[in-house]
This record gives sequence, C-alpha cells and structure tokens, in this order.
Amino acid sequence: MESFLKLNINNSRLANAFLLFALLFIGVHVFAAVNTIKVDGSSTVFPLTEAVAEEFQTHTKGKVRVTVGISGTGGGFKKFCRGETDVQNASRPILTSEMKDCAKNKIRYIELPVAFDALSIVTHPSNTWLSQITVAELKTIWEASAQGKIKFYDQVNSKWPHIPIALYGPGPDSGTFDYFTEAVNQKAKSIRGDYTASEDDNTIVQGISRDKGGLGYFGLAYYEANKDKIKLVAVQKDEKSKAVLPSPQSVQNGSYQPLSRPIFIYVSEKSLSSNSAVLEFSQFFLKNSILLATEVKYIALPQTVYSAFEKNLMDKKFGTAFGGHSEVGIKIDELSKRTLTQ
Amino acid sequence: MRKSPMKKDKNRNNIMAKDPILAKHNKTEKLIKSKNIKDQLFYLFGFLILVAASFILFALISDLFIRGASRLNFDFLTHFPSRKPEAAGILSAWVGSLAVMLVTSSVSLVLGVMTGIYLEEYAPKNIFTFLIELAIVNMAGIPSITFGLMALGIFVYQFNFGQSILTAGLTLGLLVLPIIIVTTREALKSIPNHLREAAYSLGASKYQIVRDHLLPYSSGGILTGMILALSRAVGETAPLITIGALTFIAFLPTPPIQSTPPFVSFEWLWDGFTVLPIQMFNWVSRPQEEFHINAAATGAILLMLTLILNAGAIWLRYKFRKRYHW
Repeated sequence: MESFLKLNINNSRLANAFLLFALLFIGVHVFAAVNTIKVDGSSTVFPLTEAVAEEFQTHTKGKVRVTVGISGTGGGFKKFCRGETDVQNASRPILTSEMKDCAKNKIRYIELPVAFDALSIVTHPSNTWLSQITVAELKTIWEASAQGKIKFYDQVNSKWPHIPIALYGPGPDSGTFDYFTEAVNQKAKSIRGDYTASEDDNTIVQGISRDKGGLGYFGLAYYEANKDKIKLVAVQKDEKSKAVLPSPQSVQNGSYQPLSRPIFIYVSEKSLSSNSAVLEFSQFFLKNSILLATEVKYIALPQTVYSAFEKNLMDKKFGTAFGGHSEVGIKIDELSKRTLTQ
Repeated sequence: MRKSPMKKDKNRNNIMAKDPILAKHNKTEKLIKSKNIKDQLFYLFGFLILVAASFILFALISDLFIRGASRLNFDFLTHFPSRKPEAAGILSAWVGSLAVMLVTSSVSLVLGVMTGIYLEEYAPKNIFTFLIELAIVNMAGIPSITFGLMALGIFVYQFNFGQSILTAGLTLGLLVLPIIIVTTREALKSIPNHLREAAYSLGASKYQIVRDHLLPYSSGGILTGMILALSRAVGETAPLITIGALTFIAFLPTPPIQSTPPFVSFEWLWDGFTVLPIQMFNWVSRPQEEFHINAAATGAILLMLTLILNAGAIWLRYKFRKRYHW
C-alpha cells in the first residue's frame, strides 16, 4: 500500500514537470502590441544611436521602444535588406552588392548622414620629430609593399631619426580599417600585414602609449579620452595644402581631409509607411544629433546639412548618393543635392 | 685476498654482497630516498603552480572589483543602459542573462539527461551507438560561434523564433548539451550494478529502476554537470551576437505573471534581449574611462551571478547526496 502511494506521488510529480515544460514551449504566442523600432548595424554609429534611442524613449514617454544591435555595417545591411530591421546604422555608404540585395526584396531606403567620424593619427608623447605627416608619407609607411621593408623612421623621411617604427591599427573587421586603407592606400583593405592589429581601439591606445616608436590610427574620440597618454599628429593632404589637426572645426569645414567621413543611418521605406513612429524617430535623430553627437564625443554635421536631409526625408527621396561605393573627401554641403540611385 | 688499508670497508662490502637480504634492503632504502625526493619536488612544483594560478585569478578578480567598486550599487542593477556612464545600469542585461539561463538549463537538462540515460542504460552496443557517442564527443569541441551560425539558420529563419530569448536559450542549451550528457553518463556508471540487479530481482521494470533509483542516485552528478554547463553558457557572447542579440534595450521582457487570466504568460520567450557579457563588451570598447569602470562592475556582477547559480546547484547537490549511501 505504502509503495503504491509513493508511486502515485512520483508519477504526478513527473507529470507536473512535463506539463510545466510543455507549457513553457507551447505558451500562446501573441505578437507584442507595443510599438518597437529595430535598429542594427555599425558599432561605430552605436553610441550616437544609443543616445538618440534613449532620448526618444523618454520623449515618447515609453510608448515607443527602440532596440539597437551591433551586427556591424555589413551584417546589419543583410538584415536590413531582408526587411528585418527598420533603421540601419552604417559607417560607410551602402555597397553595390547590398543595393542588389535590397532591390531583390523591394526594400527602398532613405540615406541620412548623421555625424562625422574623424580618424586621428597618433604617436608616443615623447616623439619630437612627428608633429605633422603627409598622406604620401602615411602611404609609404602603411602600403602593402612596405611590409618587411619600411622599418625605420628615416626610411620615410630623411629628416626623421633612425628609430624603429612600431605600427598599431584596427583589425580588418572594422569600418575604420576600410576607410583608412581606402583614403591612404587608395585601395580598400590593402595594407601591410606586419603591424599590431586590434579590434579594440583601447588596446591600440595602450600599445602606442608604451612604445617610443609607436604610430597608429583610430577614431578621434579615443584620442580625446586619452590626451595625456598619446600625441596627435597633423595631417597634410598634399604639397599645396597645410597640415591640419583634427578638431570639430577642421572636420566640419572640410579642411581635415582625407581622414574624416560622414556616418549614416538608412531608414526603410516599408517601416516608414507601416509605422509612423519610424518617421518620428528619424526626424528626432536629425533634430537632436547636433546636441547628442557632441555629448557622445562625435562631431556633428553643420545645422544646414541636417535641415537639408530632413527635407529629403519628408519628401521621401529614396536611394543612395554614392552609387554603391565608398568615397574619399566628401563635401558634406553638396551631399543633399546629389542625384540618388537605388 | 689481498691486504689493504680499506680492508674493513671491503669486509663490510663483502658481508653485504654475501647477505642478499641486507643488500636488497639497502637498495630499497636508497630507492625510496630518491623517490621521496622526486615526490617532494613534484609536490613543491604542483603547489607552486597552484599558488601562481590562484594568485593570478585573485589579482584579476580583485582588480575587477576594485575598478568597478564605485558603480557596484543598487542603482546600477535597477537602471537601463544609457549614454551617460554614471546613469547607466545593467537591468536589461542581468534580467536577459537570467531568462536565457532559465531556458538553457531546462532545455539542456531534459535533452541531456534523457540522452545520457538512453546511451548508458538502453542503447545496444552497435556501430550506430558508437557513431552517436563520437558525435557527442566532437560536439563538445565545436567552437561556439558555429552554434551561433547554426542557430541563425535553423531557429531564427527556419523555425521563425526570431532574435528572441527562446532562440538564445536553445542555442546555448545545445552548446552545453555534451557536458550534461557526459556527466549524466558518468553519474550513472558510478552507481553499483548490484543495485540494478537487486531491483530486477524484485521484479522492477527498467523504467521503474531508472525513475526510482538511477535518476535520484545520479542527480548529484547531473547537477555537477549543470554547474559546469551554466558557468560556460553565462559567459558566451559570440553565438548570441550572431543570432542577433541586442546591445541597447531599455525595457524588460514581458513579465511571466500577468494580472489578467490566464495569469501566466510565456510571451517573454519571444522578446528581444541582451546579456551581461554583451553589455560588458560594448562598454569595454568605448573611449571614455567611465564606461570602463561600468564594464568592470558588470564583470564583477557577472561573476557573482555565476557564483549564485552555482551555489544553488551545489546546495541542491548536497541535499541529494545526503539522502543516499551505499
């Protein structure tokens, strides 16, 4: 009798456990009624989008939710062109292959530049010979054929001392790497292989700050946060121009070239028409970027540019101004007037 | 025999040579002495390595706690991420981590224990079983990012689970499955065979033996596997980024208990999420020092969360083990 009772209890316990487990997975699946805007893409744009998303949620008093992911510009475009996300963060313009993907799924988009990203060339604070460098010299140091050959500073410029060059830079997965190679070596992703690469810019800062012959590049925000550890180098575009240090002024007026570029968000047409909050969010983004970009240590675009693109957004001007490839030395003022391609 | 000043010694040697027992004894003594020295050296070596390893671990953990100390407070746990480092918190991240771990542990426990029992108690020893066992051993060595890619194809797109807590839980559940299977099998193996035979002799069926004897006796070992599995799963980032875990999310999953009937909701399984290691990774890569402090504090809390999960499992194991003796 006793064993019979025990068996019963055991059985019901087992049954309960199974029931609970089944419930867990069968659980009625109703789509969330709360309005959600999905943003994904570049981690370079992330801090700005995070700031805008945070403010936008406060602004709409929690009626609209915004989520932001960091799949990278390429990974993000894959999702965006499948129609999975509403807004795409991009540290470079959309590429031809991604345009094709979007066209295949009938995803049209509005391209909106939201801030500047400036690359800074930095060196060890005790470095006395490098206060400015030309783009040609940068190319001599970084180009693919320099691998194993250019090892000392005096090989680049005879005025510089015979001290070994120790190079640091972002790894090949970052948009910063793509842009630097394109702007300096004139070919995206073409670079010497014998330098210390890291996907984490803070590691590059550490490396350069501990190496007397250190030289490297990364986003300007990382220099701003580590001013006491590293030294900024002015960049001279060509023989005719002056050497310019990156600063909000020199980036905004276009004199810090070729190492500054705009970063973008892409807004999906489908989301714009199906969810009114997406338009509201995009407008909010353009209206508040001046304030928020500065707050997250990015460089804002001139007010006129934001206004021009807000007009483009309202007029539903779809497509990209770049025709499917990255571009070095963009003049931000004329960008909004370009003809667009899908 | 020649005479020499060393005669006495020689005599001794001769005696030793003549007395095989004494010689053997001496030899053994020498051997023991040399082995003892080796033993001592090995002990010292092992001890030094232990000290070095614990020192490094201790240094890393205390560095994490010291650096994050200023942010280790209640507010940090109850606030959402923010662009302002001093106002940012990890509410969505730790809730996300906990929710994902809940799904992971239920999936891997049920699947893993059942597979373990089948392979150990039921499966015939043939080529098919051998292949399954081989696959499980191999599965333990697959890099986690591969599980992420598989989950992206199967759970996210094929089954349409989306970038949800369910997808993440299933992915990590599969990732740790081999650990649970192997520990379950080891636990079952350690149960003396005479217990099974005794049960058979009393007329118990195989199912009854498994349910009433083998499962309760092996639960200690299974829980040990669970500890290992959860400790690994809680720190995984790569597969979750691959399936599309979010980075900024300023709301919580749907609460599991509702005020309206049927009062229980499983909607949270379908919600987007972020987890502690992703939040930490994001803050570490920011330029501002204040975010690095946040990252250190997040790391400290991740460690504490792992410790709490493990403490729970260890306590359960203790309760189970106390009950059975043989």
